[in-house]
Amino acid sequence: MTGPIGDDDIQAAVDGRIDGARRALVEEYLAKNPEAAQRLESLAAQRAALRERLAAKADAPIPSRLRVVNILATRAARRRAALLRIAAALLLVVAGGGGGWVLRGLIPGSGAPEMTREAIAAHRVFVVERRHPVEVASNEEAHLVQWLSNRLGRKLTAPDLAAEGWRLMGGRLLPAETGPAAQLMYEDGAGQRMTVYLRPGDGRAGAEFRYAEAHGVGAFWWAEDGLGYAVSGPADRSRLLRAAQAIHAQIAQR
Amino acid sequence: MHDLAALIEPHIPALRRYAWALLRDDQAADDLVQDCLERALARWHLRRRDGNLRAWLFAILHNRFISDRRRDARRGVQLPLDGEIGGPAAADAEAGVARRDLLEGLALLPPEQREVVLLVGVEDLSYDEAARVLGIPIGTVMSRLSRGREKLRRYIEGERPAMLRRVK
Repeated sequence: MTGPIGDDDIQAAVDGRIDGARRALVEEYLAKNPEAAQRLESLAAQRAALRERLAAKADAPIPSRLRVVNILATRAARRRAALLRIAAALLLVVAGGGGGWVLRGLIPGSGAPEMTREAIAAHRVFVVERRHPVEVASNEEAHLVQWLSNRLGRKLTAPDLAAEGWRLMGGRLLPAETGPAAQLMYEDGAGQRMTVYLRPGDGRAGAEFRYAEAHGVGAFWWAEDGLGYAVSGPADRSRLLRAAQAIHAQIAQR
Repeated sequence: MHDLAALIEPHIPALRRYAWALLRDDQAADDLVQDCLERALARWHLRRRDGNLRAWLFAILHNRFISDRRRDARRGVQLPLDGEIGGPAAADAEAGVARRDLLEGLALLPPEQREVVLLVGVEDLSYDEAARVLGIPIGTVMSRLSRGREKLRRYIEGERPAMLRRVK
């Protein structure tokens, strides 16, 4: 490198990255230019001060979450969980081909079938209850709705399905895969029961009604307003669909 | 697994120091380093065997830093670049005004100058390594280094020139 001294030379001198011949030229230049020499000294002091100020940051012990083994372990656990989800979905598809007990209309990964399984499971557990079918009965409807709204983190209303022949009995809070979920229970004049299951976080599942059936229980499920809905009852498709449509219409009017 | 740890972990203290100096927030800095390490491990097979591991790690950290800034800018997040001084720096405020001013001045530099000043001056990367880490020509490294250091010098020496822009 030849030619007049440039700013690159000054920076290289500050960083101690200047070779022999060039260094001699720079020193010669600085000897003749005290102002430049003073500036270089100041930049070198700045560099040293910055290193000193930040040194403690590099001396601190490495926190556990930044340990390579821990990061690898977290990655492995995530991958196992993903594989399990895929395996579970495949198993259900395979089993669904052989036996009739698995939900029809299952779409792996959409999240909604999981909700529908939960809804049907909850339906089966609670509709047979004679003494405690609901946690909070419909005579405390305002309290019921307020409570479930608080727990699900959004404003809910209890659909009025009297026109479809269903009377609200009450509801309960349930644990779902995604957090709290709610079940509202209805009864008709003949003592048949129907449940509406609401679960937050299924907003992307799609707004069209889909039908699933398991263990003799039928369910229409769909999503809107960031909530997943499943209407479960005796496997009478057209009657369940009417209830689902009525609920959808009431949500739209809200 | 342990080979990986033995190769990567010696660089973690420097990555943390660099991330902290960029962000001046312990939590955010370690988040950035963790993000960097996760990506490095996911792409371990892609790195050049004969390559410079330290420069490769700093390059990943730089890319994460840039994309986080873009994301924050899109979301309209207020970037904590101005005025705020982290715990240790605040404690130093009593002890030495000059040192406090240095970190404050550093935070006032545009991020692209701050990065070069730190990579070259603190992390001891060569100009060539810094150019590869930042994906810029070496001439740009030199001019950013020169401008960044000059602004810092003026700041420390008491000037508050208008050229020190508060916001990038």
